[in-house]
Amino acid sequence: MALLQIAEPGESAAPHEHRLAVGIDLGTTNSLVATVRSGMAVVLSDDQGRPLLPSVVHYDGAVVVGFEAQARQSLDPKNTIVSVKRFMGRGLKDIAHVESMPYDFVEAEGMVKLRTAAGVKSPVEISADILKALRDRAEGSLGGQLTGAVITVPAYFDDAQRQATKDAARLAGLNVLRLLNEPTAAAIAYGLDNASEGIFAVYDLGGGTFDISILQLSKGVFQVLATGGDSALGGDDFDQRVFCWIIEQAKLAPLSHQDARLLLTHAREAKEYLTSHGEAPITVKLGGSEYVDVKLTTAVFSEISKTLVRKTLTPTRKALRDAGLVPEDIKGVVMVGGSTRMPQIQRAVAEYFGREPLNNLDPDKVVALGAAIQANLLAGNRATGDDWLLLDVIPLSLGLETMGGLVEKVIPRNSTIPAARAQEFTTFKDGQTAMVLHVVQGERELVSDCRSLARFELRGIPPMVAGAARIRVTFQVDADGLLSVNAREQTTGHEAHVEVKPSYGLGDDEITSMLRDSFNHASDDAFRRALREAQVEAQRLLEAVQSALKEDAHLLSTLEAAHVENLVARLQGVMIGDDRRAIDDAMDALNKGTGEFAARRMNQGVQRALSGKKVSEL
Amino acid sequence: MDLSQDHFALFGLPRRFVVDTAELERLYHELQGRVHPDKFAHAGDADKRLAMQWATQANEAYLTLKSPLKRAQYLMHLAGHDAQIERNTAMPTDFLVEQMEWREAVAEARDVADVAELGHLHHRMRKEVSAQYDTLHQALDVAPDFARAAELVRQLMFQEKLLHEIDDALEAVEA
Repeated sequence: MALLQIAEPGESAAPHEHRLAVGIDLGTTNSLVATVRSGMAVVLSDDQGRPLLPSVVHYDGAVVVGFEAQARQSLDPKNTIVSVKRFMGRGLKDIAHVESMPYDFVEAEGMVKLRTAAGVKSPVEISADILKALRDRAEGSLGGQLTGAVITVPAYFDDAQRQATKDAARLAGLNVLRLLNEPTAAAIAYGLDNASEGIFAVYDLGGGTFDISILQLSKGVFQVLATGGDSALGGDDFDQRVFCWIIEQAKLAPLSHQDARLLLTHAREAKEYLTSHGEAPITVKLGGSEYVDVKLTTAVFSEISKTLVRKTLTPTRKALRDAGLVPEDIKGVVMVGGSTRMPQIQRAVAEYFGREPLNNLDPDKVVALGAAIQANLLAGNRATGDDWLLLDVIPLSLGLETMGGLVEKVIPRNSTIPAARAQEFTTFKDGQTAMVLHVVQGERELVSDCRSLARFELRGIPPMVAGAARIRVTFQVDADGLLSVNAREQTTGHEAHVEVKPSYGLGDDEITSMLRDSFNHASDDAFRRALREAQVEAQRLLEAVQSALKEDAHLLSTLEAAHVENLVARLQGVMIGDDRRAIDDAMDALNKGTGEFAARRMNQGVQRALSGKKVSEL
Repeated sequence: MDLSQDHFALFGLPRRFVVDTAELERLYHELQGRVHPDKFAHAGDADKRLAMQWATQANEAYLTLKSPLKRAQYLMHLAGHDAQIERNTAMPTDFLVEQMEWREAVAEARDVADVAELGHLHHRMRKEVSAQYDTLHQALDVAPDFARAAELVRQLMFQEKLLHEIDDALEAVEA
């Protein structure tokens, strides 16, 4: 066992301290948390040694997550939420098989909600409960508060789904270092493990989502060339096919919610059994006096699921084409997600790419491991020169509605992020003083075929003849793949300026009030936790500024340096106290006061990059 | 060094049509290695905001310079000649006739699902496009003639679009 280190008296260990960072795979069926310990990525298991946490939440008096919740799903299906990932950022009309689900749905603006014994819950809150369970597991296991987390999302998740995921993480009290695409996370784990170079495909079929990503790996750079997928296609759908087949074979009358849940569980077990057996017996005693006793063979299973398998190949072809490649260009196909264990999937992928897929990493764990490796990098635990660069893309085009319900694409799909693009629009009528901007995401030409992300109004346009106004709309997609939009009228110098967040996301106020509500339930403890979080955040900022001062003090005049030192001292002074507001204010002041310094440092970095010197040579 | 400089200056490359794409990619990776938001994930808000702006700019610049058509349009724009590309839509008649013939050939091959013929058309169009770019290099770098370059750029916009349409047809037929 490694010995614990103790610092010299009076000398802080802080700058070299290993920051606790985790990667979280928030899956449809199962979730995992992993970290890098002693240079090795490991999945953190629960106290019974189980690595997976079933993504199931049961609401009654208390909130129960994981295996315990799973055990209650047949008994209390209405209050036991499974596969909540399918509801993230989705309205009721977007969700398939609603009629066969045991939940009491509540239609709400933007995102559906569920009525449970513990009140009405949004998918964001339910996901936050899963994330909290993982955070508790990690903090218990690592013995300290987390600096931050990388949360993975399907590459094909749209803006609403990403925003919902980030909100859930914030609600769970996690500092989100980055939202990372699941196939990209897998590529990091695979690529670094095998020191791979060349073009790889990652085929990721999870419980409820399918992604295909094409990446180029070269000299420490992971560049995503194209991605595609289906955010409502996964192992669940194969279960559903088996479920329907059983009903048909056993000529069953309409089932109660309990029986349906029970039968679905047996359908899933049969599917998993077929991974290593030629046929699966299915015997179930239903609530009434009915018995089910059928046998499912691999041949029949392949036949009833063949359209689903084909549905994964269409986005695969499209992604390759977007990357300007043919199957022969691919050096290896990395298989990710429990559903890729199905033999018919393995066969279909081998056939399409003309090579056996790579199965040497555990398909259930590889995403969490990759996320942990990236979290360790983002938390600043690796030295410069000993790192890598990740260049990812947005999966779906972003645009605006124009006259006639048509979409004007502003940022095309597969653009490398962060990305920004500005486009000019004009008025339609004489004297028009306001304009509704409707932001959509998708590949179709008609607005009605794309996903609506946000609507906002730009007011105060000076009255002019039609077509004279110049409205410049700027889209900015950040490194998490999240969009912000702003618009501005330019002809007259009159400025009207609006920042929007897609309507599916929760406003900062809403998050704050939800956090406050959850604090009120366990207030003293929660207050200390919130304070501790602010202190950790302040510590992080101080370390960043101090290391910047150490490296680049020459970029500041004596006066400027004194000013920054002043702000540093002020933050140091308040951060040991318990006034959270004062800590926030001092951090804000330090952030603002180092803006110019940051700009000069960035310029210096750019100059060094272009002087032909490798990062490692400096 | 500032964010408003042109894309060539950002990478320290000469302002010309012919670009060493391997060198461009290397410079792009070097630059992103310095400014990408992942390098500042644990830093303060000011650093994060700057990193996003710089990385966005680097992506935009790389995207523009990597594609020969975008690069040519950008060069014209820098030289103050982009208005010509937008407003002047006149094309030589023989070019237009040729384009119509191409379109008919593609439509015919698509209707009878002739993959081999579509592949052949794709190959031929690629060669034509490649030759056009050689001519464009002359008009932009060797003996600058912006009127001629603008005409070539307009034609290439047609031709690149046609290549996409052949791709689409191949996709539709193969699926």
